[in-house]
Amino acid sequence: MRQALPDFISKEAYKTYYKQMWLVRFFDEKVDEFFAKGLIHGTTHLAVGQEASAVGACAVLEEKDKITSTHRGHGHCIAKGAEVDRMMAELFGRTTGYCKGKGGSMHIADLDKGNLGANGIVGGGFAIATGAALTSQMKQEGYVVLCFFGDGATNEGSFHEALNLASVWKLPVVFICENNQYGMSGSVKDMMNVEHVATRAESYGIPGKVTDGNDIFSVMTDVKEAVDLAREGGGPSLIECKTYRWKGHSKSDAKKYRTREEEKEWRNRDPIKAMKEALVEHGVATEEELDKVRQEAKQEVEGAVDFATESPEPGLDTLLEDVYADA
Amino acid sequence: MREITYLEAVREAISQEMRANEDVFMLGEDIGVYGGAFGVSRGMIEEFGPERIRNTPISEAAISGTAVGAALTGMRPILELQFSDFITIAMDNLVNQAAKIRYMYGGKGSVPLVVRTPSGSGTGAAAQHSQSLEAWMAHVPGLKVVQPSSAADAKGLLKAAIDDPNPVIFYEHKLLYKTSEHVPEEPYSIPLGKADVKREGKDVTIVATAIMVHRALEAAEKLAADGIEVEVIDPRTLVPLDTETIIDSVKKTGRVVIAHEAVKRGGFGGEIAATIAESDAFDFLDAPIRRLGAEAVPIPYNPTLEKATVPSVESIVEAVKHTLPASFKKGRELHA
Repeated sequence: MRQALPDFISKEAYKTYYKQMWLVRFFDEKVDEFFAKGLIHGTTHLAVGQEASAVGACAVLEEKDKITSTHRGHGHCIAKGAEVDRMMAELFGRTTGYCKGKGGSMHIADLDKGNLGANGIVGGGFAIATGAALTSQMKQEGYVVLCFFGDGATNEGSFHEALNLASVWKLPVVFICENNQYGMSGSVKDMMNVEHVATRAESYGIPGKVTDGNDIFSVMTDVKEAVDLAREGGGPSLIECKTYRWKGHSKSDAKKYRTREEEKEWRNRDPIKAMKEALVEHGVATEEELDKVRQEAKQEVEGAVDFATESPEPGLDTLLEDVYADA
Repeated sequence: MREITYLEAVREAISQEMRANEDVFMLGEDIGVYGGAFGVSRGMIEEFGPERIRNTPISEAAISGTAVGAALTGMRPILELQFSDFITIAMDNLVNQAAKIRYMYGGKGSVPLVVRTPSGSGTGAAAQHSQSLEAWMAHVPGLKVVQPSSAADAKGLLKAAIDDPNPVIFYEHKLLYKTSEHVPEEPYSIPLGKADVKREGKDVTIVATAIMVHRALEAAEKLAADGIEVEVIDPRTLVPLDTETIIDSVKKTGRVVIAHEAVKRGGFGGEIAATIAESDAFDFLDAPIRRLGAEAVPIPYNPTLEKATVPSVESIVEAVKHTLPASFKKGRELHA
């Protein structure tokens, strides 16, 4: 028998998160397919294989809580409650997209749901998350901010500056590192001289913890502890989710920097498969029920594609709109 | 009538806005009990407390981004960057984040952030503490850029900047901090994008910014002795730029000299010159447009060299004379 599932998540909610896992997977697989066919332009960064860290971390949030995301952000966006049809429309550059077709994959934000935005700049979210947490503290709004980032971003100065500032001001922000082993082609082994990103937390006097990023239950448990601490005024934490991206960095990546054996090894640790097995084993749901949930997710993504392709292109008259907010 | 300094005017504007709006707060290095590197926030921590006069670690990347995040979520931060040169370390957050957020989010969200920062040379602080980098900021869509040249303008423009829902870079000139003039006590706003005619004249227009406004006015005095009537226009904000006032003046005078302290090459003067050349004022030009800006060198330490790097009263006078017809010069020489 596996370890008991976290009891702060209800049976029904587990099914919701299982569906979100598949939404992330299907969404990014669909995006991959459309990029290959040239139906979507620009570039994109897929989170296939990393579903558990996004869904697991956001699962312990309250609606008022906020996140900042990365350029590999589709999963975070879905996990924070975004609708896949408006996301897909954004990738197709349509007016119905979250950013009216002006942001694209790397800039989707959903402020109404507390997603302060993906970011095309590696490490761009650290200080923004810290600032949002400062607002929460100053206005006593009681929300916590989750700041997602990759292992590569922890070599940026902004990581160190923001962690220091968030620590000295005891801000309600939880830094979630999705260590997928590579910053573009740079292996963590070559780019850092510490094994774990989490050890860097020690330099800033905040808790740092390594968790299994492919095990959604492990992510939920560890992130909840950090979120609770932050909400109680205990300041920031750093949680490192060890995971792996199945796809390349972006669409142009031939993945020369890693072996097929390594990829296979991680694919065998599929976070969605692991979640399903645990839910069945613990009697949360039957295999049939979960297959039905999977099917719903698939249909939702198919529907998103229809929504996106049927949505209008933005008119040229919108080109100059929204550079400035009206005074 | 009460006279206060430019520095006091800046402090007064911030204090009044902080009293009026709980969401307004200041953050920056050494702004607490120290009172800020130039003394702008002196005494403010006593009134507003360390929560709202937030002393930060020395970390421009973090504090600029934190200000962006706070602004995006409902606060109105005023960030003091100790010297405008340090904007280079805050660049990602200002250029890639603050300036872009509203547009790339499809018109959702706004970043009501004011970055106040002392700019310019003349203090002997040399190459890394004396630059005028306003053209960089003016180049970026999504940012507004303000350069007040007087105490009264500083107060009114700062209120407008704090009230504005967009990121505003507010350049304060170090040498102007101690200059004083009559400044109304009650809060007032000077709209961003409205130039000021600092002196009226019919012969030559000088468009000048920040400290160059003062040098242009001095030059105008000297030229007046020779019977040359100079009009001095201070745009006050580079973004938005009041092109109308500039163009109207050039149409009246037919001659224009542009003076700024920043390096001439790639400087904002080129933008003003091109704006005039592209407008219907072109047909009114009686002489080529002349630009004055700093030499393309890092600001040197030696005081004589430092002074020689940037436009002076004398160089402005010379530039104005160059725009005048030979007959005018002759008449003046005869007069002399």
